[in-house]
Amino acid sequence: MNFPHRHLLGIEQLSRDEIVTVLDLARKFREVLDRPIPVVPALRGKTVINLFFEPSTRTATSFTLAASRLSCQCVNFSLAASSTRKGESLLDTCRNIEAMRVDGLVIRHAVPGAPHFLARHLRAFIVNAGDGAHEHPTQALLDAFTLRERFGDLSGLKVLIVGDIAHSRVARSNILCLTRLGARVYVCGPPTLIPPGIEQLGCEVFYRLDRILREVNVVNMLRLQTERMAAGMLPSTREYRQLYGLTRERLAGLDPATVIIHPGPVNWGVEMDYDVAELPQALIMNQVKNGVAVRMAVLYLLAGGQEEAT
Amino acid sequence: MIDPVAGTARRLDVLVEDGRISAVAPRLGPRPGAEQIDCRDCFIAPGFIDLHCHLREPGREEAETIASGSRAALLSGFTQVCAMPNTEPPIDSEALVRFVGRRAEDAGFARVLPVGCCTKGRQGRELAELGGMKAAGAVAFSDDGNWIEDAGLMRRVLEYAKTFDAVVMSHCELTALSAGTANEGPVSTRLGLHGSPWPAEAAAAARDVMLAELTGSRLHVCHVSCAATVDVIRWTKARGASVTAETCPHYLALTDSSLETYDSNFRVNPPLRTEADRRALLSAVADGTIDCLATDHAPHPEETKAAEFDSAPTGIIGFETAFALLYETLVLKKHITLPGLVARLSTVPARILGVTVPAVVEGAEANLVVIDPEATWTYDRSQVASQSHNSPFLGRTLRGRVKATMLGDRLVCTGHRPD
Repeated sequence: MNFPHRHLLGIEQLSRDEIVTVLDLARKFREVLDRPIPVVPALRGKTVINLFFEPSTRTATSFTLAASRLSCQCVNFSLAASSTRKGESLLDTCRNIEAMRVDGLVIRHAVPGAPHFLARHLRAFIVNAGDGAHEHPTQALLDAFTLRERFGDLSGLKVLIVGDIAHSRVARSNILCLTRLGARVYVCGPPTLIPPGIEQLGCEVFYRLDRILREVNVVNMLRLQTERMAAGMLPSTREYRQLYGLTRERLAGLDPATVIIHPGPVNWGVEMDYDVAELPQALIMNQVKNGVAVRMAVLYLLAGGQEEAT
Repeated sequence: MIDPVAGTARRLDVLVEDGRISAVAPRLGPRPGAEQIDCRDCFIAPGFIDLHCHLREPGREEAETIASGSRAALLSGFTQVCAMPNTEPPIDSEALVRFVGRRAEDAGFARVLPVGCCTKGRQGRELAELGGMKAAGAVAFSDDGNWIEDAGLMRRVLEYAKTFDAVVMSHCELTALSAGTANEGPVSTRLGLHGSPWPAEAAAAARDVMLAELTGSRLHVCHVSCAATVDVIRWTKARGASVTAETCPHYLALTDSSLETYDSNFRVNPPLRTEADRRALLSAVADGTIDCLATDHAPHPEETKAAEFDSAPTGIIGFETAFALLYETLVLKKHITLPGLVARLSTVPARILGVTVPAVVEGAEANLVVIDPEATWTYDRSQVASQSHNSPFLGRTLRGRVKATMLGDRLVCTGHRPD
């Protein structure tokens, strides 16, 4: 299989073919998940640990389930009980964990590059489950998987990412992943939340949602963190909803073929009105389901699973 | 032998007796009983002065001490170094300035020129006792590491320093803009690093140069990293203000593209900027807008630098790689000549401080370096003289090296550790 990487640190390191390798393998695992007993022995005897230094429910759970469905042991590292509270450095913490013989570390950390730093110092494989505002590669892979399920080939597909681009690792990974698969990517948000030079990643920038919304096949809404108001980047959630929200009024004017995705968790009433939840073109639950299959593929490729995976 | 004042190099021999230069002439020939240093294909030049370094003592002796830092400096050609006062406690009183001077004398390596704080405790609230510190040997004043945010207080600092004709060194940084850890731009965006944009430095420098012009005081702008600050300095000099500026080897040798690996040894403050900024700095050194070169030598122990990028402290060690990096980026790339580089490392900083300008002339104290411009060497971890190893240049092969340094009766040679 065409996947010559020891770690999954970001989409940046992956070629188009390598992305397709992961997605094709994920399709096989997706079939496993629909079986009466959705478990395969592919990674029996392997151990991974989820190290989440930032709160997460769905990503951590998704990785845990992905591991267990491959018969891989998975330990969850609890932030509250961790020694990082006692002032131990990230490297010391991870070296200690590695010494207990784990094969891989799935890490989420607030500091960009933290997984890259660990990859240089540890022997275990590293999966980046989100590093600050840098990358969230498995989210991008599951989004691409979900869109391929709907559209097949992504060449020429127009995808609009809306929201807090500056603080979004999902935006960065999705721009890289979707453009490598041939899609055209647009980003839209208030200028205070658009980072300088983002167009160099291969996207086009819009500040006004209504100028681009009806031109695209896919709308990828992002969660708006309420901290942004406190930091003076936005005046209010009310004005944000009016300018950048997927409101009832905007939905009414939208082509029903336009697909809506969101990495979750959704701030209903801020970036999207609750009506979206009921729409058939909202693929949010498909994303969640596909996330397990994509993460199975990633763990399988990095942990060196046996051929005949499924 | 290089004469940085005349900008020339001539073939001469130098005889040093009892720490003083007793003869400078062609073909002096060997003296019986005298130790000879083979300087064939090398240059002799006045000893270097570093306007900006951190020796960490008192308070952070696990990173560096005055002894270990001043030894690394001397081995690197710096016979005099200005120790910034952001220690624990900060050097803000006569007694603490004396402490720094005494520790350096006891160590017996490079001469340490203490810089005193502008404000008490480096807090930016009240003027420190500049008079007492000056009397104890402080050569300049700075709250380095912090910018004095209160414009009224900075004005008073500049005015008061005139009493002693002392230069005020400003670390220009608008912290409301500089919360990030990397230069704000396409690289920080791609890497997801928080950005610190160039106006954080240039706008702070603009305020300070205006206050220097207003007060008629001497201001020195520390570690200039971006093109806009160069323009600010060019503008203020054209208006006649007594402003000088330095930049550091790493801003001439590196850009923010080095951050790709998230290696914390590339984390410095101000941050590494873009290629356009780097080119503007090279031109500014060449045309004299930036007067001189300083290391901003900033040791940190390995356990603090072995961390994720945002959590690691800022700064890198700089003495040992300074000459080679400057030689490569400025001289070999033909921006300035070797005598021009020597001037920016010795005579120019001496004039900024108002200390004796080092010169290799008969009757003067021996204060000189031997430069081997052809030396090719690798900066190997095992050879690092500083107590800390936080350099982005470890493992790099460099051109040009200081082969030996003499200060009075102290002689050190690269590869031979002084006692």
